[in-house]
Amino acid sequence: MGAEFVTLSLTPILIGVFAAIACALPGNFLILRRQALIGDAISHVVLPGIVVAFLVTGTTASLAMMVGAAVAAVVAVVLIEAIKRLGRIEPGAAMGVTFTSLFAGGVLLLEQTDTSAVHLDVQHALMGNLESLIWFSGEGWGSLLDPVALADLPVELPRMAVVCALVIVFTIVLWRPLAITTFDEGFARTLGMPVNLIGFTLVVMAAIAAVAAFDAVGSIIVIAMFICPPAAARLMTNRLSHQVLWSAAFAALSAVLGYVAAGYGPIWLGGDYAVSAAGMIAAVSGIVLGLAVLFGPHRARVGEAVGEG
Amino acid sequence: MAKTMPRVQLAAAGGEAVREDLSASPLAVRGLTVSYGNKPAVFSIDATFRAEAMTAIIGPNGAGKSTLLKAALGIVPRLSGRVTVFGEALDKARGRIAYVPQRASVDWDFPTRVVDVVIMGMQRELGLLRLVRPAHRKRAFECLERVGMVDFADRQIGQLSGGQQQRVFLARALAQNADIYLLDEPFAGVDAATEKAIIDVLKALKADGRSVVCVHHDLATVADYFDDAFFINVRKIAEGRIASIFNAETLQATYGGRLASTHIDQLRLA
Repeated sequence: MGAEFVTLSLTPILIGVFAAIACALPGNFLILRRQALIGDAISHVVLPGIVVAFLVTGTTASLAMMVGAAVAAVVAVVLIEAIKRLGRIEPGAAMGVTFTSLFAGGVLLLEQTDTSAVHLDVQHALMGNLESLIWFSGEGWGSLLDPVALADLPVELPRMAVVCALVIVFTIVLWRPLAITTFDEGFARTLGMPVNLIGFTLVVMAAIAAVAAFDAVGSIIVIAMFICPPAAARLMTNRLSHQVLWSAAFAALSAVLGYVAAGYGPIWLGGDYAVSAAGMIAAVSGIVLGLAVLFGPHRARVGEAVGEG
Repeated sequence: MAKTMPRVQLAAAGGEAVREDLSASPLAVRGLTVSYGNKPAVFSIDATFRAEAMTAIIGPNGAGKSTLLKAALGIVPRLSGRVTVFGEALDKARGRIAYVPQRASVDWDFPTRVVDVVIMGMQRELGLLRLVRPAHRKRAFECLERVGMVDFADRQIGQLSGGQQQRVFLARALAQNADIYLLDEPFAGVDAATEKAIIDVLKALKADGRSVVCVHHDLATVADYFDDAFFINVRKIAEGRIASIFNAETLQATYGGRLASTHIDQLRLA
């Protein structure tokens, strides 16, 4: 673990960890609200968002891409709500129809327009470019104290760190309203809580995390991190606060293990190649979930079925 | 009785609309209509619940009993209607109301402990960032004590029986320290011990000057448990003292003549 690690692996691992935690925290509440698919939806609709942003601005500058993605995410959330309310369709179906058609629209748009010359393709959208986010000036652990070298950090790192911090603050500040409205919406309304606003804020927060993470690590990680760590965490504990902490730990663990396994795993096995870090991180989070399903202490659904009324 | 009935006052001058004084009633609704789709669930309901009394909302399945409560509290949107709490607008008096929803309305697999559910009842005083202190915890345990659930404080809520879950919901309402308690079918599917525990708590609340309104479906216990009754079948059928309106005529009007006369004969009627 020397200079080479700092240059090549430190920043991608940190970006992966921040992205994973930023998605996993809202994922806890989305799953408990039976809205887990919304992470899936947001990460798909980001594609048409960035394509349109490119067509409008003509650049692939990160800012334009992120604004496009964010606009697309908001459009998708509004569309989902509209379809749900006006069509009287169940939420899962409304999400499914929205994100598949927007994603398909994005793919068509990408094909029909002259974007082939630039680095904007479906593969990138899915996998991100985590391995390429290396720190050229990071020549050893000492560089962490060198302002000149720090200024050269990939911009994704501070950006993802800020978004992760924002998500953590949001989760702490809105902890009780989120818990109460998720558990018992009707009761929350009788307390005078702005239930719809809280739900919308949660989705917006998830969208911010998804768009930032998408830019750095691609949509595979986003989708996996919204669902796998929180679902595994639920099997470890019966308390919401513990569940959220477990989910953050599982998310970070998946990011670190996944990145290392992708970079070094094949070499250790005698190969001379590396596999996709994004794919491996998502796969590790799936394995963590699998282990939690098999060995988690609270894996049995308890209590009677309450079906009347 | 006279002091608790709403007085009708005429506006002094200027020919303004007649406005009732509803300040004596812990919960009053006027012209409440709710519709699911094109069919009204409750239609143009006027109700004036009496302070320091226990009132049963009675009607057949689908008559809009739960909807009446939910719409009065703003849980489901109302098409029309006005709601007052001691004469004040609902939003100004939220702190005076405690609501116990139907047990089946939440997912009991939710990762939370019994004591945490009770502390949810203190949300209005805790606000966004205030920490839960030992004093809050102590009060939560006192509320659990009153419903006989203190030994279960650390259990995950899914590990409880239906009756125990109902008592936890009641303890959460007690933690709200409200003036009026609205309960949606609190006795549905609970064991006899729980029913006794709940009715004892409700009677103690009444003795303490609070008001209680229950959606209730067991006609056999109406006369034992309640002072007043509100009969509903989409529209209001009748409201008033059990002693004067809990009779075969009102019941047949409410249930559309579908109650067997042998059933009615077994009830302790007015």
